[in-house]
Amino acid sequence: MRTTDVVTNATRNAFRSKLRTTLTVLSLFVGAFTLTLTTALGAGVNDYVSRQVATVSTGDALLVTPAASADSSEGPTRFDPDGRQQSTQPNPLGSGTLLNADDLETMQGIDGIERVEPVRQVVIDWVAPADGTEEDRYELDINPSSSLGRSDLIAGEQLDDGKGAAQIVLQDEYVDALGFGDAESAIGETVELGYTDAAHVARSIEAEVVGIARTSLFASGAGVDASLTDVVSEAQAIPGQPEAYVLAVAHLDGPGGGAVTEEDIRQVKAQLADADLTGQTVEDQLGVIQTVINGIIGVLSAFSVIALLAASFGIVNTLLMSVQERTREIGLMKAMGMSNGRVFSLFSLEAVVIGFLGSAIGALAAIGLGSLISSALAAGPLADLPGLSILLFDPVNVLAVILVIMLVAFVSGVLPARRAARQDPIDSLRYE
Amino acid sequence: MTSSPAPGAPPVLRAQALTKTYGDGQSRFDALKGVSLEVHRGESLAIVGKSGSGKSTLMHLLALLDRPSTGVVEIDGEDAASAPTRRINRLRNERFGFVFQQFFLTAQQTVLENVTLPLLVAGVAPRERARRGLAVLESLGLADKARNRANDLSGGQKQRVVIARALVNEPDVIFADEPTGNLDSTTGEQVEDLLFGLQRERGITLVVVTHDDDLAARCDRRVTIADGLIVGGADR
Repeated sequence: MRTTDVVTNATRNAFRSKLRTTLTVLSLFVGAFTLTLTTALGAGVNDYVSRQVATVSTGDALLVTPAASADSSEGPTRFDPDGRQQSTQPNPLGSGTLLNADDLETMQGIDGIERVEPVRQVVIDWVAPADGTEEDRYELDINPSSSLGRSDLIAGEQLDDGKGAAQIVLQDEYVDALGFGDAESAIGETVELGYTDAAHVARSIEAEVVGIARTSLFASGAGVDASLTDVVSEAQAIPGQPEAYVLAVAHLDGPGGGAVTEEDIRQVKAQLADADLTGQTVEDQLGVIQTVINGIIGVLSAFSVIALLAASFGIVNTLLMSVQERTREIGLMKAMGMSNGRVFSLFSLEAVVIGFLGSAIGALAAIGLGSLISSALAAGPLADLPGLSILLFDPVNVLAVILVIMLVAFVSGVLPARRAARQDPIDSLRYE
Repeated sequence: MTSSPAPGAPPVLRAQALTKTYGDGQSRFDALKGVSLEVHRGESLAIVGKSGSGKSTLMHLLALLDRPSTGVVEIDGEDAASAPTRRINRLRNERFGFVFQQFFLTAQQTVLENVTLPLLVAGVAPRERARRGLAVLESLGLADKARNRANDLSGGQKQRVVIARALVNEPDVIFADEPTGNLDSTTGEQVEDLLFGLQRERGITLVVVTHDDDLAARCDRRVTIADGLIVGGADR
């Protein structure tokens, strides 16, 4: 039998008992539908998270924070005049403890660290158009690590520390408020930022809008470059207070100025740990979050796998019935010289056809319904998280789901197909 | 007979000291106890015997549907009983045609599809299958039924379709197991006429298993099987 004939005959045989095939396809449909949705959910959330985390840092940089305190001695901790300060403001990137000047010096001394940039916290009171009045002022938060990270941009460019001019990346919600037509037309415009210095004197500084960013989950607030933070933080520093930073960014360089390898990062991390500091790459942060997400998606997927398992027994049952019904036909074909292998392929391919139908229809339905749900959610409950498409239907994932289910169907078809292949034509054609 | 066997040519089928045993120990059953037999090209042979005599087992061994426990089956002098499965499958597909008591037609398929099943198994291209299938249906006066479903035919028509299916691969030997057992006497006779006509006109060797004396009497030769042994062979 020709291979093309095997395929056409297997397909036709699958439709011989329409009701039975439809029911089996339906059970696979449920599995395929759920599995496509859960993988899409995983892909959507992971994609969002990786874009969000990328807003926190770039390149070969380690975010350094004080190591989480593991002081287990009883009673109050003894005062250390050179010790670290505690933060009064919670910060998503750091622990409660702040870095001090000693820590920066230690970091600078570590092999493999090219330079250390402390992240300063500055407080901006308001933002207004360059020629704006008091009515045009809006409150503005500054993202402390913005000068080091990439923003999820709608228009314009990332901050460039090299230029020296004061730059700002605004969130998209400010475009309308500040009277810009759209995100593109805001680029290159100047805005005025108001702040209060340590002596409670209101001051202001001008900055050029270089980019408009989506509101981000982790890096909330506008991004400003180092030159602007330097000016503001100097003005806001309370005289006499020791320097303290939420975190610092250590830029690494490879040995001899080459590329930074995994090994370099590992060594720097080890040295930081010795100094009671914790260094994390973006990948580390990404990894932690994605591990949690993948865990949740894994549990959800497990449910669809259970549905698939049940469906696979349905396939076994359907095909066993099919083999039973076609005993005579199989016997006849074998009497006419059809090999066991061809009989096996005929029936296992029938299972694959059923698997393909169930998975393809299920995946298509999931994409259709999922896209509706996704856009409804994006317009409603998830409107505060722009850029998040909760269900991301990656063609590769969808194809993988279909292939996996076809494989499951094939495996389910092995038992009935073997039974068909091993049939003795004489027994099959016996009549009395 | 239009084609008589060439002198010295090996018989188309030769069985030598065939035994077939099913089971062992207490449930051991000797279906054949040493049967030797020659079937010459173009002749018709009836294998007769009561049910359980071993006549069907003999036909299955001759038709290479089963392997003997001991003994040799030769096809044109080639030892087939010990040949690899793939070779045996090809021999059955290319050299043999089968007519059974029951029709074994696939009800949902067309007459043409049923008839061309041996060609489908052989891996013949679809167009060629249809051409040869229609030709053989034409020769049996069934061309107008080619697109009908096999289920919509009468008993006699069905048996003619079955014969068409046995003929489509242009076999040397047709094995017919109780070919008329399922038909009334009139249509049974028509089918017999058809089979013997093919034997005479096309020189096809016919091996008929039957317990119908009238049918056996129309064959060139008959062997009678009882308890796994040939008890009587008579040339007509």
